Amino acid sequence: MIQEIAIRLNGEVRRVAVAPNETLLDVLRGKLGVKTPKEGCGRGDCGACTVLLDGKAVRSCLILAIEADGQAVVTLEGVGKEGPTALQKAFLKNNVFQCGFCAPGMILSSAALLAANPQPTEHEVREALAGNLCRCTGYEPIVATVLEVARKSAKKKTASRRARS
Amino acid sequence: MSIAHEFEYAKPASLKEALAWLARPVPGGAVALAGGTDLVAWLRDGAVSPGRLVDLKGLEELRGIGLRNGKLWIGAAVPFAEIIESPLVRKHAPLLVESSGLVASVGVRNRATIGGNVCSAVPCCDSGPGLLVHEAVVHVATARGLRKIPMKKWFLGPRRTALAKGSIVLGFSLPLGRHAAAFAKLKRYRGEDLAQASVGVRVDAQGAWRVAYGSVAPTPLRGPKVERLLKGVKKPDAALLKKAAALAEAEIAPITDIRSSDVYRRLMVGVMLKRAVKLAAARLAGRGPAYGINVMEEDAQ
Repeated sequence: MIQEIAIRLNGEVRRVAVAPNETLLDVLRGKLGVKTPKEGCGRGDCGACTVLLDGKAVRSCLILAIEADGQAVVTLEGVGKEGPTALQKAFLKNNVFQCGFCAPGMILSSAALLAANPQPTEHEVREALAGNLCRCTGYEPIVATVLEVARKSAKKKTASRRARS
Repeated sequence: MSIAHEFEYAKPASLKEALAWLARPVPGGAVALAGGTDLVAWLRDGAVSPGRLVDLKGLEELRGIGLRNGKLWIGAAVPFAEIIESPLVRKHAPLLVESSGLVASVGVRNRATIGGNVCSAVPCCDSGPGLLVHEAVVHVATARGLRKIPMKKWFLGPRRTALAKGSIVLGFSLPLGRHAAAFAKLKRYRGEDLAQASVGVRVDAQGAWRVAYGSVAPTPLRGPKVERLLKGVKKPDAALLKKAAALAEAEIAPITDIRSSDVYRRLMVGVMLKRAVKLAAARLAGRGPAYGINVMEEDAQ
């Protein structure tokens, strides 16, 4: 039972024929050519397959592509569309990642956190990233960089508020 | 690894249509799909092989949190993330804020639903103890009409519930009333994990306690012996807590599995009960930390 679905992928409507047993991750990687979501554990524990579904971080390995019909999907390709974001630049500057397998998921989970909560506490950052496993870094540089980006964006806001007044 | 098993998919727009899709014969049978965080993993594992998935996320009846007929209503398809954010749940059933915040990770909580959690009915189900101590009622739609099933009659065994085949959980109603509560979940490490053991407690203004355990028996279960011991006591002292812990250890039936030994589970349930009772008593008195903490990581005093 093949069915055509339409998803808004990184801002662009894409139509694709899927079988009900294809996961969103399968279809993104295999049929839509989007390779940043990775298959790690394949059961929702590792976070390597994280994508944003209607703005929320979810596990694309635990979602059937057919369930996402009509919804908006953002992958890392969509986040860096207009050049690297402040978060990505900071990750790069601090040389945060090593092998990079977890990086797409980490960046998307961090971006979703900062969009919903621009000034998170360290606890909130750790909580938001708790489902993204990294076997290289020990997490410290990742958490520190997310906090650094949040602090800088707060300063920028204060500065622009001052400039206006 | 993808899903090898093939199945049909239906996304009905009405309850009537959904019941019809569940009833219509198909080799392998039809099962309901909510958040899918259990079901899709089980499909990959080959642990289940239904012929049809009926996606319930299009049904208005299963959405939303509100006050209905003097009770707190939580729709079955409400994801944990929404429960955590809900001011109504925080006001009327704050234990569920605490327990939902300890479910897996943000990426799973954005998708996994409370209805799916209790229908999966694994022994470590994080929503079990909270719904049990609230004496929630499960509202079910069947082809013959609506049914109400009290939580205490819900869990029948591991992955077995009182839900008749082909019926649909609409949501949960929870009686209102001033109370305080606490939820403790033991995990192997910080971050996401299934419970090695969990304890939920609720105490009302008269000092009536309700206690429930998860992951220490074939199903989540109430703790009547501890409840009787604590009855009427709003400020339990150390001696009473010690007695309560001993009773808790005696009224559970843990097994040894990959996450823990039975002995460790039993002993930790005593510790967790003491902490949760102390914390709920403090909250009843207007002290204690806000809901949403991990009792096993922070000092509950």
